[in-house]
Amino acid sequence: MSEREHTSKQFEQQLRTLKDKLLLMGHHAEKMISDSIGALVERRPSLAEEVIKSDDALDQLELEIDNLCYQILALEQPVARDLRFIATALKIVRDIERIGDIAVNIAERAAELIQEPELKRLIDLPIMAESAQRILKESLDAFVNSDAELAEKVIRDDRFIDDCYEHIFRELLTYMMEDTKYISRALKVIFIAKHLERVGDHSSNIAEMVIFLVRGQDIRHGTRLDRG
Amino acid sequence: MRDAVKMEVSEMDFYYGNHKALHGVNMKIRENFVTALIGPSGCGKSTFLRSLNRMNDLIPGARFEGRVQLDGEDVYASAMDVIQLRRRVGMIFQRSNPFPMSIYENVAYGVRVNALTRDRVKLDEIIERTLRAAALWDEVKDRLAKSAMGLSGGQQQRLCIARALAVEPEVLLMDEPASALDPISTAKIEELIYDLKQNYTIVIVTHNMQQAARVSDESGFFLNGRLVEFSETRKLFTAPKNRETEDYITGRFG
Repeated sequence: MSEREHTSKQFEQQLRTLKDKLLLMGHHAEKMISDSIGALVERRPSLAEEVIKSDDALDQLELEIDNLCYQILALEQPVARDLRFIATALKIVRDIERIGDIAVNIAERAAELIQEPELKRLIDLPIMAESAQRILKESLDAFVNSDAELAEKVIRDDRFIDDCYEHIFRELLTYMMEDTKYISRALKVIFIAKHLERVGDHSSNIAEMVIFLVRGQDIRHGTRLDRG
Repeated sequence: MRDAVKMEVSEMDFYYGNHKALHGVNMKIRENFVTALIGPSGCGKSTFLRSLNRMNDLIPGARFEGRVQLDGEDVYASAMDVIQLRRRVGMIFQRSNPFPMSIYENVAYGVRVNALTRDRVKLDEIIERTLRAAALWDEVKDRLAKSAMGLSGGQQQRLCIARALAVEPEVLLMDEPASALDPISTAKIEELIYDLKQNYTIVIVTHNMQQAARVSDESGFFLNGRLVEFSETRKLFTAPKNRETEDYITGRFG
């Protein structure tokens, strides 16, 4: 954002604080997802425990960001790009907070799974997790750098994650059909895959808002509210 | 028809002596729309507004090029009756300027000057109708014979609007009509603008961008004598196309 500074220093400062908090929150959510998958793959229950505990910090940031947005709306009455920035902040803060909740869910399933013997060597799930983490990171990078092209890439790549989920689901179905004693473990892995698929969806939401922020164009649900 | 063009400005240049105040401005002002003109001081928006009913004619050294049309008629044609033009295109100024006479006579003045009626009953009717249209009737109906100078600033401004309405204009030009008023009077004027656009076409110059955003249908942003951007107000204030517009309305000045 090679942007001119706001004439009101106070407003400028508030916008910067808001952006910093969002980045902090995004970084925190990324780490939660990566740790929750790490707990499963490396079979480390302590890591899963850490993820579950760290969700409070994320919730706290959500509240602070919401408050700051309301304060800016009331006191500065932002318009144009500033308005879109606040609207984007209010929306993506929800997505990031949900990603944190998802990380907690993954950590919980991981904690359960690692108490039992491995169902199979996890190959596809780490690949899926890596992709989900990558597009989450890219969606946040796109936000930081106002990079609409990167945001478009995130939206495209989300489809790969959806495909991964389908693939994992089908594979684990065969395990469950083979032997009913696999069902409980296979279901937990499917849940985790589903959670990762949701991370992709939230990243995609963030990316859509970045496109709105940069271009003033709403691309959600296939709509194109044109500007011309 | 709501989208009919009431006034059309083409390639307007304006000079004060050697200083060129407006550069090739084109604008379509739509009927029954409120069109807001915004921009920093000295950007040419008031000059533009005043040239719509030839208020700039009397400024020594002022020179106009281009074309202004009112319902397709050339406003600057030699055949145009300027008095008639200003009756059809009325003006409200920043500082309310009631005449030092009674409330009644203030509104009646234009009607008399334009010889619209001599009938006292008809005149009474016009006074009441326009004072109602200006949302002032209830506040002044019991003291029509009292001096207009005793009214509050907000009331005086609404009286000036009533005075402008009394001669049955088609277009109302407003130059910062609420800048000297408190928030309550401002809100009344804004509400009035909203009501008036059912019957009139309104062009308003304002430094208060929130006001422009609230009251107008279309907005033009002027900078250094150029019309930088003109679009639906909703679009201009959420996703302006031009970087200069964006910087100005978001408060990133100079």
